[in-house]
Amino acid sequence: MSSGVLTVYRWELRKLIALKRTYLGLLAAAAVPLAFTITLALRSGQPKDVPFGSYVHQSGLAIPLVLLTFASAFLLPLITALVAGDIVASEDQNGTLKTIMTRSLQRGQIFFGKVLAALTYTLASMLLLGGVAIIAGSMVSGFHSLTTLSGTTVSAVAGLGLVLASFGVYLIPLFAVALIGVMLSTVTRNSAAAVVGTLVSVLLIELIGILPGLEWLQPYLLTRQFDAWQGLLRQPIDWAPITHAAWVCALYGIPSVIAGYLVFLRRDVAGG
Amino acid sequence: MSQTPVEARGLVKQYGRITAVDHVDLTVNRGDVYGFLGPNGAGKTTTLRMMLGLIFPTAGTVRLFGRDPIAEGAAALDGVAGFVEAPQFYPYLTARKNLQMMAAYDGGDASSRVEESLKSVELTGRADDKVGGYSHGMRQRLGIAAALLRQPKLLLLDEPATGLDPGGMRDMRVLIRRLADDGMTVLLSSHLLAEVEELCDRVAIVRAGRIVYEGALIDLKASAKSAYRLRTTDNAKALKVCEAQAGIASARIEGAAIRMEANESAMGELSVALIEASLQIIALMPETATLEDLFFHLTEGSTPGEIDFPATQASVVGEHL
Repeated sequence: MSSGVLTVYRWELRKLIALKRTYLGLLAAAAVPLAFTITLALRSGQPKDVPFGSYVHQSGLAIPLVLLTFASAFLLPLITALVAGDIVASEDQNGTLKTIMTRSLQRGQIFFGKVLAALTYTLASMLLLGGVAIIAGSMVSGFHSLTTLSGTTVSAVAGLGLVLASFGVYLIPLFAVALIGVMLSTVTRNSAAAVVGTLVSVLLIELIGILPGLEWLQPYLLTRQFDAWQGLLRQPIDWAPITHAAWVCALYGIPSVIAGYLVFLRRDVAGG
Repeated sequence: MSQTPVEARGLVKQYGRITAVDHVDLTVNRGDVYGFLGPNGAGKTTTLRMMLGLIFPTAGTVRLFGRDPIAEGAAALDGVAGFVEAPQFYPYLTARKNLQMMAAYDGGDASSRVEESLKSVELTGRADDKVGGYSHGMRQRLGIAAALLRQPKLLLLDEPATGLDPGGMRDMRVLIRRLADDGMTVLLSSHLLAEVEELCDRVAIVRAGRIVYEGALIDLKASAKSAYRLRTTDNAKALKVCEAQAGIASARIEGAAIRMEANESAMGELSVALIEASLQIIALMPETATLEDLFFHLTEGSTPGEIDFPATQASVVGEHL
């Protein structure tokens, strides 16, 4: 099982590297922090009502953290959905699913190879966005010590560690979005429907959170977990939102991946 | 473990109220070049998809060399390769990359056969071009190359020559012939009679999801009672000779000729009898009825249930082949 999954995973990555749409998402992941940083360099203002917004001119490390709040609304889920929503459906539409299913690999191996590839792409875009933000931010505002949400100050190196760890925590809900994307890609068999469907799901979950009478649901909404990284930026570190995010995201991601797997296993491959 | 390459029993596939495949039984024996013949939409591709484990039958079973592709998935395709409908590849990858990927998915030493497979379908020179720029014929050949990577004992091909130009069709047939001569068992679906006639020794004819004939092509041909038209120097006298001759039926004068039904050996004997009666044969023509007529009768005529069509002698309705 496992070596077959790795074979599929490796070839899925090679296919992603050969595909133009891969670079569309990565380009966005690099362009947004660049544009944001350039704007900050040219203007003296600062983003309001955003954690770390008031520190963007004191430390370059505040810039990636501000971007995490911005990017959670739309950008990173969009980039994630772009590949996750396409990864099974595009094979349906090109008729290549039948080509790879009549070799020696089991359907499950193909499916999980694809899941891993979608998660890897999500990780790559996260690292690209974060990396560009750290480098560009440090060039504009300096690699300086960072003021935490508790008001204490940490050194630049410790701050960098916290920023990187924040990316890690941010990836938890993002991975759940990717798994929803792969599931929709499998079920809808249509790239556009799956990409849009993934984004609409994220927006709908967000919408539920602001409906009157449903406020109690807020801690269990996927989109709320995009703020869990802020626990790392308190002193002492507040792990509660992070462990909470981990299990809430698992509740979204694991059923999605199981549903996608079962559909992929039992479906007729009739197209192409 | 059964060594029969293909055994399908009672295969049914329903899509809602439509029955695409209706109780299909098929047996392909080792060394067969088996023609699966029927008009478009008769259920050939759906049957092949079930054999390859791509779609799940509503009822019935498939065994490939005794293994079940529906329960076992790709594991049952050991020694089996082929494609359904047009073979599809990743257009943004080169042909070589596509094959390397297929070989990786095959496992074992398939990777070592990429170059050899490209060569056998004469694509070596274009192997580094992206498949997106390939013609239909080149894709078909690449489909065969991808199948050959698996060193199959059984090759399932769905309309391999469809959409090819005459030269491409000829090349494809030569290639399939060569593979069959190398000992591969081939199951080939087609709606082209000439293709099946040229390549296959056994056929199943399918109509609206049901098998209306299964057996050796040679039996089908041999059992076909043919009609002939005869012109002699004295038709009235010749008619008497015909009527007296064993194996000749329904002889009567039609215009300038005598029309009769007979098989080939009876016609041979008749020609001798005519000469012994001092009659000169001016023309002796088989009627132009062909396998095509038979095929049309089987696939368009009465409903399958009404066609009484055993694989053996007797009731074949077609004419000269």
